[in-house]
Amino acid sequence: MADATYPEDLRYHEEHDWARIEGDQATFGITWYAQDSLGEVVFYDPPEVGATIQKDSSYAEVESVKAVSDVIAPLSGEVLEINEALVDAPEKVNEDPYGDGWLVKVRLTSPEESEALLGVEEYRKLLDS
Amino acid sequence: MTTDAALRHTPLYEQHVELGAKIVPFAGYSMPVTYEGIREEHSAVRRHAGMFDVSHMGQVEVEGPGALAFLQRVLSNDVSKVAIGGAQYSCLCNEEGGVIDDLFAYRLGGDRFLVVTNAANHEADLAWLGRQSRGFDTLVRDVADRYAMLAVQGPHARDVVSRALGIELPPRFRVSHVQIGRRPALACGTGYTGEDGVELLLDPEVSTPIWAELLDAGVVPCGLGARDTLRLEVCYPLHGNELTPERNPIEAGLGWCCKEETGFIGSEAIAKARAEGTAEKLVAFKIEGQGIPREGNPVMKGDEQVGEVTSGTFSPSLEIGAGMAYVRSELAEVGTELEIDVRGKRRPARIASKPLYAKRS
Repeated sequence: MADATYPEDLRYHEEHDWARIEGDQATFGITWYAQDSLGEVVFYDPPEVGATIQKDSSYAEVESVKAVSDVIAPLSGEVLEINEALVDAPEKVNEDPYGDGWLVKVRLTSPEESEALLGVEEYRKLLDS
Repeated sequence: MTTDAALRHTPLYEQHVELGAKIVPFAGYSMPVTYEGIREEHSAVRRHAGMFDVSHMGQVEVEGPGALAFLQRVLSNDVSKVAIGGAQYSCLCNEEGGVIDDLFAYRLGGDRFLVVTNAANHEADLAWLGRQSRGFDTLVRDVADRYAMLAVQGPHARDVVSRALGIELPPRFRVSHVQIGRRPALACGTGYTGEDGVELLLDPEVSTPIWAELLDAGVVPCGLGARDTLRLEVCYPLHGNELTPERNPIEAGLGWCCKEETGFIGSEAIAKARAEGTAEKLVAFKIEGQGIPREGNPVMKGDEQVGEVTSGTFSPSLEIGAGMAYVRSELAEVGTELEIDVRGKRRPARIASKPLYAKRS
């Protein structure tokens, strides 16, 4: 597994999720720290396309051999697309958590919520504390 | 919640930390759950050789002219069948036939046995054995601090161990006195993975250099995570999950290690369970499709709950969700279709024959 990385251009949620915001859409995933704590992801249980997801609530599950983890939505929105590639290759979440390991794409219903998210420095501080 | 300070360390704790293991509390100890990843460690044991620090397990020595008679009274198997240098699996049962612990007994001499306990049960076992030994001409001694314990498992485990440590190893289900690190030690032809291999009981003072030697010889360090997936694939029960003081060995499928004619404690209840059948039985199952079952998940038939998962995981060898569950006996046939309620989602499952994973020979 790659070393710990936290890209500058992402917004972070304290439950170890990230959002890449592009206009009124965003891509969500889990952070390097989250995938490392969980261990090798062996199963991704995605939401349905069209589902409404709520900031700070669980929208999906990722499982390692030993544990299940709820994935918390960093922002509210409607699911536009899920990462189908993870069905056959869930390990992409570990290998490339910010790239091929993305979980969902959403249309944001309350884009202003992003103000509450953390920047990379704040997120790193949270991890260090 | 136990605080970190209250957790015990095995003599190899520093080695685990140095290797970057993920450490978790287990049975009062800080234990490595994985080093490089459960799947990798799992497949190292299936294909090559892996080693587990199982120094948290307890050892009890039973010695004296009455040792055999005493163990025959407390253990479910026929201990008189064990020759010197032999090993035998048994249940330690209460009067109701419930399983206090499951364990291996090794016969070290005519009047001397070593019993290896599960870490979480060690104190309870000791108390039970101490109490039951009254009236027998035997001594029950806690010798857990005398041993570090390493399980080296996998198709190449014996070769690597005997070459790296320069010792001759006993056959399967035998134990022999050996020298490891120039100290007296025991080599046992037993394990908990479904693979060939050995368990070494050695002087804690030499455990660190021996661990290093085995690492250098290419043995892959494995944590409790892989230990659990390996044992689950071959359907070995885990005390606390499949076995409890409220369940008898018959419903757990361990009737083969109960010899009621020896009159052991619990034998009457177990004979009755064997004759009359039990309301539930322990089964192995595979999920058909997606989903990973977990301990505590309800087992469903239609709208009715008919059982509960005792252990569930993603099986690294089968690459599906699989586990064991107690279900109503009339539904315990291999091939029966059921559903597992995995956090509110019904996952189709089918009862499978044990073991779930069998080695291709």
